[in-house]
Amino acid sequence: MNFLQFMMANRQQVFDLTLEHITLAGVATLLAALVGIPLGILITRVPQLSRAVLGGANIIQTIPSLALFGFLLPAPWIGERGGRLAILALALYGLLPLIRNTYAGIRGVDPAIVEAGRAMGLTDRQLLVQVELPLASGVIVAGLRIAAVLSIGLATIAAAIGAGGLGEFIFRGLAMVNNQVILAGAIPAALLALMVDFALGRLERNLGTLRLKS
Amino acid sequence: MNAPTNHESANHKLAIEFDHASFQINGRPLLQDLVLSVKQGETLVLLGRSGSGKTTTLKLINRLLSPTSGEVRVNGQRTAEWDPIRLRRSVGYVIQDGGLFPHFTVERNIALVPRIENWTQPRIDARVRELMVTVGLSEDLLSRYPSQLSGGQRQRVGVARALAADPPILILDEAFGALDPITRSEMQKEFRALQQRMKKAVIFVTHDLREALLLADRIALMEEGRLVVDLPAAEFSRSNDPLVRAYVEAFSGLPDPKSS
Repeated sequence: MNFLQFMMANRQQVFDLTLEHITLAGVATLLAALVGIPLGILITRVPQLSRAVLGGANIIQTIPSLALFGFLLPAPWIGERGGRLAILALALYGLLPLIRNTYAGIRGVDPAIVEAGRAMGLTDRQLLVQVELPLASGVIVAGLRIAAVLSIGLATIAAAIGAGGLGEFIFRGLAMVNNQVILAGAIPAALLALMVDFALGRLERNLGTLRLKS
Repeated sequence: MNAPTNHESANHKLAIEFDHASFQINGRPLLQDLVLSVKQGETLVLLGRSGSGKTTTLKLINRLLSPTSGEVRVNGQRTAEWDPIRLRRSVGYVIQDGGLFPHFTVERNIALVPRIENWTQPRIDARVRELMVTVGLSEDLLSRYPSQLSGGQRQRVGVARALAADPPILILDEAFGALDPITRSEMQKEFRALQQRMKKAVIFVTHDLREALLLADRIALMEEGRLVVDLPAAEFSRSNDPLVRAYVEAFSGLPDPKSS
């Protein structure tokens, strides 16, 4: 049985695990964005916090992923279900690119434009929403892109703690010493990562042109 | 007359007053003991070299900076007592190359302050169109982005944006500095005509003596953070102050072409 035949024979399971994989990586990226973007904004407002926040996110990033899953295992509620645990761990990994790019994107807005806005009497909030975030959006989406691709790749390891996803095939293939089974997990995961990378890359370029319109 | 030191100067004809205002940053004085005032309807040109404290002076008016000693009053009230947002919306600010928002169309750039002041849409539309006429731009440009305009057009949009909510005070920082000489000369003449109608309190920062003489009622010359002279424009060129003489000489006539 070759690879394609294997995929066809198991298409329902391939489909289910892909869906599960998208859910894991998608929810994790969303969570990372919901926390990371506000944190990135916060440290442009309170620069004293920037070292601590960026440093913290950096340290999380250096923890090996399997070890991070292990650390979170005893946590209440979260540790009860593999899915919850995996989403939390993946979200933690996604924080750094989102915080860093939000921070860098806002700091990178032409100071003359920000000052013009301030001089026009924009409040800090109006300045953020109407000027800084739109002009930083290309860089922020670049961070989102990194976080999403990272999540899709790392989510394969989540199968080790019973979270499901395409990693199931990979781990099963490893146990069975069967390359076809490994590829049944690895290829859809890689394609998923490429597709997300491409789509967010396009969005990033479209938003990036905003900056050039000066 | 130009030393408004008494605090009861509720003389509301004075739109802007600097009362021994100084500003320093990290111990470096950028502006020292400035005493200067501008009446409603008057155009004061701040003349001086780069780093002479002109821009610092402007930023003290709309509280982008606060004086480290002395005080600045706008319409008789200390800037420190103003709500900075209200203050800034009553002071139109024009900077070099317009300082326009690159992601806003011309229309949204001009409508910026009326919009945040919650004007109704019909009123905003009418005002934007009125301003386009005022600054001599075609309505066709309303949907363009700043990158799609010439330097002169951007500058005109910058002036329109500053005028949008009809602020009583207008401050301009090297506003025409990035323009080619012909466009610049046009803008200067139009601005002068505009000010004759508007009668705002205007402070115009430049390092160009010609521009100063063309636009000013009064010229204040600054050097190294200090006010050197403050004279009616008509008397400026006759001053014996050495720095004024240096300026007048630097701008006197066109050079003779080199003959080889």
